[in-house]
Amino acid sequence: MKEYRTINRIAGPLLFVEKTEPIGYEELVNITLADGSVKRGQVLDTSDELVVVQVFETTTGIGRDSGVRFTGEAIKMPVGREMLGRILSGGGKPIDGGPEIVPEKRLDITGAAINPYARSSPADFIQTGISTIDGTNTLVRGQKLPIFSAAGLPHNNIALQIARQAKVPGSTEDFAVVFAAMGITKEEANAFMQDFERTGALERAVVFLNLADDPAVERIITPRLALTTAEYLAYDLGMHVLVILTDMTNYCEALRQIGAAREEVPGRRGYPGYMYTDLAGIYERAGIIKGKKGSVTQIPILTMPGDDITHPIPDLTGYITEGQIVVSRELHRKGIYPPINVLPSLSRLMNLGIGKGHTREDHKKVSDQMYAAYAEGNDLRGLVAIVGKDALSERDRMFLEFADLFEQRFVRQGIDEDRTIGEGTLDLGWDLLSTLPVEQLSRIDRELIEKYHPKFRAK
Amino acid sequence: MEVNEEQKTTAGVLKRIAGPVVTAVGLNAHMYDVVKVGNEELMGEVIKVDGDANIIQVYENTTGLRPGEPVSNTGLSLAVELGPGLLTSIYDGIQRPLEVLVEKMGSFIERGVSAPGIPRDKKWEFKALAKVGDDVSPGAILGEVQETNIVHRIMVPPNMKGGRIATITSGSFTVEETICTLEDGTEFQMMHRWPVRVPRPVMEKKNPTIPLITGQRILDGLFPIAKGGTAAIPGPFGSGKTVTQQQLAKWSDAEIVVYIGCGERGNEMTEVLTEFPELEDPKSGKPLMERTILIANTSNMPVAAREASVYTGITIAEYFRDMGYDVSLMADSTSRWAEAMREISSRLEEMPGEEGYPAYLAARLSEFYERAGLVTTLAGASGSVSVIGAVSPPGGDFSEPVTQNTLRIVKVFWALDAKLSQRRHFPAINWLNSYSLYLDTLGPWYDTEVSPEWNPLRSWAMEVLQKEAELQEIVQLVGSDALPETEQITIEVARLIREVFLQQNAYDAVDTFCEMKKQYDMMKAIRSYADQSYAAQAAGVSPTQIISIKAKNDLPQIKFVKDYEPMLDGILKAMESEFTTLRSSA
Repeated sequence: MKEYRTINRIAGPLLFVEKTEPIGYEELVNITLADGSVKRGQVLDTSDELVVVQVFETTTGIGRDSGVRFTGEAIKMPVGREMLGRILSGGGKPIDGGPEIVPEKRLDITGAAINPYARSSPADFIQTGISTIDGTNTLVRGQKLPIFSAAGLPHNNIALQIARQAKVPGSTEDFAVVFAAMGITKEEANAFMQDFERTGALERAVVFLNLADDPAVERIITPRLALTTAEYLAYDLGMHVLVILTDMTNYCEALRQIGAAREEVPGRRGYPGYMYTDLAGIYERAGIIKGKKGSVTQIPILTMPGDDITHPIPDLTGYITEGQIVVSRELHRKGIYPPINVLPSLSRLMNLGIGKGHTREDHKKVSDQMYAAYAEGNDLRGLVAIVGKDALSERDRMFLEFADLFEQRFVRQGIDEDRTIGEGTLDLGWDLLSTLPVEQLSRIDRELIEKYHPKFRAK
Repeated sequence: MEVNEEQKTTAGVLKRIAGPVVTAVGLNAHMYDVVKVGNEELMGEVIKVDGDANIIQVYENTTGLRPGEPVSNTGLSLAVELGPGLLTSIYDGIQRPLEVLVEKMGSFIERGVSAPGIPRDKKWEFKALAKVGDDVSPGAILGEVQETNIVHRIMVPPNMKGGRIATITSGSFTVEETICTLEDGTEFQMMHRWPVRVPRPVMEKKNPTIPLITGQRILDGLFPIAKGGTAAIPGPFGSGKTVTQQQLAKWSDAEIVVYIGCGERGNEMTEVLTEFPELEDPKSGKPLMERTILIANTSNMPVAAREASVYTGITIAEYFRDMGYDVSLMADSTSRWAEAMREISSRLEEMPGEEGYPAYLAARLSEFYERAGLVTTLAGASGSVSVIGAVSPPGGDFSEPVTQNTLRIVKVFWALDAKLSQRRHFPAINWLNSYSLYLDTLGPWYDTEVSPEWNPLRSWAMEVLQKEAELQEIVQLVGSDALPETEQITIEVARLIREVFLQQNAYDAVDTFCEMKKQYDMMKAIRSYADQSYAAQAAGVSPTQIISIKAKNDLPQIKFVKDYEPMLDGILKAMESEFTTLRSSA
């Protein structure tokens, strides 16, 4: 392998190397510094005269005298069964003091697109034990359901609670968690690690940590390493893998940084025009493949800058993912945990995983009815602020009270409270709905009311 | 423009690779020629000629390509294969059957694999309709093949000359075997190719007069689209664009449906794939899949193929239109298509227009929608392509370029509203912002086919909804008790229109499709409640009593019942007797 010493220009994370032999697009590059240390990078643009290399670490110490070797292949990742229980850096190197990973396979980290024809439709209900997810925004295996949060909200606790409690009722299949942190603080990382150790979850987890002070560019590959590992565990070893990616906002910032260094024409708010395609390359790696045992389910977490759901990061994410769980500052201020606002939240695959044979026949209609009633009650709060409670009709007052009850009993639950779907969540929903007159339950058919409504159940 | 088959294959060399856009030199290429790139012969298309250099967009992943690898020009434009075998297919953006790709390369989309758009080995039973000695012109029907339950008509390709038929044979043929020869020696096969960026010719474009019935109450009832018309569904994420598009693909009374999943979710395409074969066409009773062609280019598949997918879809739609069919085409989502243009444009370092989109965005969008229409085909039959495009405006902001440029062209606007979907009002189409410019031209159809009372009834419902919006503003300030009595009734009537008529459950076996007659009966029932309420109020009954009429609370239940008439009659009778009691006690 030939070493070039023809770096002409270094700008931010980019190296411009001249007069090379033909170099492949997206090839892995090793850069040797004067002190012998080696940094890694990837080819972003290749032509006869010039090759542009994006370095995954800081460019500190790289100079025109540094050596550049092109490895002739795309970035590959060594994967193996032993990875379970290990903690790796954002670049895939062990940082838990343990031995190097003995590879059983080396996989391309970009990951090819799953042929839609080879996909199998997600249908297995995952019980997270959180009512606002199970009851009203159900997660199913193979789904990508992000958590839209903001600075200062307990999204990490929610993610951990999901990781701890998630199960498919009645199933005993192999289950693993792949956790990728991008640009989170050491403190946050510690909280995650302690929780993994406390609950013994680390044994069946692979952890990738790119911390706030690690190179930003490394964040570009961290989620790809995590997903390559997840795909290996799922499709080669037949496990059901839950991938948690946090925080995608930091990932997008890194993407913007590279775009700027390449002097690309920026899109909205300075993010590159290809951010949709790039994010899709990550999120679309969730799914189930026909004829393979395992599955990849994704819960990406992102913090909305300025609590703005129309910001390009949550916006593009929402267009790719199958719904979103929105964490609300207002509920958090009221002291409600988990502060999930069900109104803007959505699970697009919910209907595939609920109902007879999955959860319970009344699930969809109970959920719709609660949504409608809570939305109505919530609207009335604005009115009450102006005209006072006394000006409301009796019907309106009932809906107003429903909204409060819904938040206090359905949304609020303990950080270790694991509710079952039937008795824990749906029956609780019926209890709350029974505070409304039966004829107001216009979204539920008579048959189900007579079967599940507490008034009839009691008889 | 003709597909130029004679041009020689010329050899070129790759010079630069940066993402999906590459540069080659030494090709004697024309714009939009299809080229084979690199040792693996990846498929690409010339999108810019700059001196000796050709800029090429590659339809497959370019990782690992090196400068110096060969590039060859096929001399052909990007074209689709048209002939028996199209129906029930699922293609990627450049008409490679995904099913065949799974067989050839497994569960993941690898690259450098080509696959013919329609099967070559399958034999079809061709029945000649034209006779020896007939003079046939381009577009004329030569014969037919029973493909699924759809009859596939074989035509003289519009880009070839006609003449007098020398031989024509019925029998079992593959798509490449000659079925007909002309006296001048021209041979016709059942398959021909057509360049996707060129609209197929027609005799005449006509003004649409018949609605595309979709079984969705808010669409058929309030904002209808005509057969051959254009509609846009813009909405923020989670407002139900895809569900609405899928409902249209399932239930619209078109004979052929082309569904383009352009840059959308893989799991959603899978859902369509598993669901459609199980659903029955309400008219024929056959699986819906038999009349459907799917094009799936998910968001993580190559961006250049996403750009092409929309053209692939509309060309296939035009082909079936030319056979005399009513075709509806759903594109979900045109914003992803526009973004693909933006991405490629920015790789070309073109001067960006608004929000980074290329300056030719408006032109491309209007060219696309203009390929819709009700036409007289070259063979003199009537056919149509209706185009329904989803738009995904960033942040739900309708002032962005894709939405605005689309609205300038389309005639129907179904505005999705996140507020409605949050309270689970589905379909979440905002009745105040939406419009249809076909109301006048379609009016006579509703008069004769539904009832002369329908058009006034529709206007009445729109008035009530409009009035409600005004009243709600007052209610927000002073509470509903402060409203005059008649207006309290109006609010209640509007609530019924919203909850009974507009809300429709796509997941309920019965409510998912609502025929026009039922829509009319439902609206008439609401009107009847309204009329009796105002009469009772005038006779001195208090609004509280009118609003608490019990029978009307059962109205939503008829949505879920197939043979609803007896139930509806019962509700109307009960309602009447309640009103009589109220009036007599007043």
